[in-house]
Amino acid sequence: MGASKADSAHSPIRVAPFLPMLAAQAKSEFLMLARVPAFTIPTIVFPIMFFALFGLPNVHEGFGGTTVGKYMLASFGAYAVISVALFSFGVTVAAERARKMTALMRSSPLRPLAYLGGKTIATLAFALVTLIALFAFGAGVGGVRLETGQWLGLFGVLLLGVFPFIALGFAVGYLAGGNSAVAILNLINLPMAFGSGLFLPLPMLPHLVQQIAPYLPAYHYGQLAWNVIAAGSESTLSAVVWLAGYSVAFLLLALRAYGREQSKEYS
Amino acid sequence: MGMAAVVDVRDVVKVFGPVRAVDGVSLSVNTGEVVALLGPNGAGKTTCVSLMIGLRKPTSGSATLFGFSPSDVRARSRCGVMLQESGLPSFLTVRETIDLFRSYYPAPLTADAIVALIGLEEKARAQVHTLSGGQQQRLYFGLAMCGDPELLFLDEPTVGLDVEARRGFWTHVKAFVRSGRTVVLTTHYLEEADALADRIVVIDRGRILIDASPAVVKSASQAKRVSYTATKPTTESDFAGLPVQTLTLDGARVEIITAQPEALLQALFQRGDSLTDLEVAGATLEQAVMQLTARSES
Repeated sequence: MGASKADSAHSPIRVAPFLPMLAAQAKSEFLMLARVPAFTIPTIVFPIMFFALFGLPNVHEGFGGTTVGKYMLASFGAYAVISVALFSFGVTVAAERARKMTALMRSSPLRPLAYLGGKTIATLAFALVTLIALFAFGAGVGGVRLETGQWLGLFGVLLLGVFPFIALGFAVGYLAGGNSAVAILNLINLPMAFGSGLFLPLPMLPHLVQQIAPYLPAYHYGQLAWNVIAAGSESTLSAVVWLAGYSVAFLLLALRAYGREQSKEYS
Repeated sequence: MGMAAVVDVRDVVKVFGPVRAVDGVSLSVNTGEVVALLGPNGAGKTTCVSLMIGLRKPTSGSATLFGFSPSDVRARSRCGVMLQESGLPSFLTVRETIDLFRSYYPAPLTADAIVALIGLEEKARAQVHTLSGGQQQRLYFGLAMCGDPELLFLDEPTVGLDVEARRGFWTHVKAFVRSGRTVVLTTHYLEEADALADRIVVIDRGRILIDASPAVVKSASQAKRVSYTATKPTTESDFAGLPVQTLTLDGARVEIITAQPEALLQALFQRGDSLTDLEVAGATLEQAVMQLTARSES
């Protein structure tokens, strides 16, 4: 057939370079997140507010080998990043599907890897913003002092450990409708954060919740952060293994949901 | 013959459950052609386009773009697509959305050129959700044009636009075509197909009925529908030798599709048929198509 002839394109460059596409996608995704108050308020303002309510009153009081202020800063840092990951992936994917944006993007030469990479970069960048805001508040208003290595450690583990929540958000984005995604994500996020000891430290929670906590992904993610300030109760290796397991499980769920949509709408 | 087929669809069948949405379509579009897929709603036009651009996969048969699979990024990088039903990222501005889509293509037009092309200079900094329906439609066209495409797919591009906006849109498409580009569009407006296309492919029930020039399709669609109630019993044989394309008898009600309504009525009156409730109307597209198929089969 005419393939050889069709191969001789007018332009020597046949496809767009990947990195500028990725950068443009990440920038757009970030702007779309930053412009929606329903996203920015729960992710930036709520963690600071919770820290002010639960942590400030006795910020310098000793707690489990550290102080309440340090412990809560690590806890609400984890809560903030989980919220960013769940909502940034979950709500945007559900909205794109509901508003049929997916069809437009799929028919363009946008590469799937640039799409996913752009969303991931925007999520991490936004998570970084929420952490900077929270830590600045904790240090500036609460007078919480950490060593430089501990500050960097918190940024590091919270940003690197977020993958299972990205995968979970993605799965919900493909399972939920455009209107129900936010409600479903809240129903996952708030009980999980509470049950994992992110709002109130685990020893203060009912016995039953303490029994369940070690099976929740946010518990192990919290342990990563608490270990940075030497207040964790689980080894970092164990937490990483649990989080890797959850990542695989949520990723499989997300791929299944994606595949279901794929076979319904695009095959 | 020497031209490369940019779109090549062969024996494509697409089945959705019990429905054969596309039922054996073969279609080849060459460089520089403007092809309109014309047919009533639900005829299978949009499914045809979805198969051509790789949003759907054929149940059987094959579709290629520039010799590639339609979902191949090398094919998509040379195409612009305007879909009938698709959303836009509402919280980006017009300009940001255009810049995003420009990043998908190897040799995009400038953002200024796109904004000027679609006449949204005033709205370039406005977020997409503040645009009117017509402005959004122009933005969709702009996004399809971002990559300076060799081949443009337009699925029902002017649905919901008023007459003035529709004609404005046609001007854009004609300017695009003058630069030697290829267009495949779907429409259920014969007027639109006639205004833009140099080849009209009439599709109904998932099949290609006619693949012809606008002149041929238009003359067929100038057929009239003559209907009346006969005052005495009538059979098909009564119409032998009269200029009748299709005849439908429903009790005493007679319905005739004809290209020569005057000659037909004159003949009926001359032989003394008495008619009541006489109506003469333009044939619908479906009726015109039926007439065309009747002609092509005979």
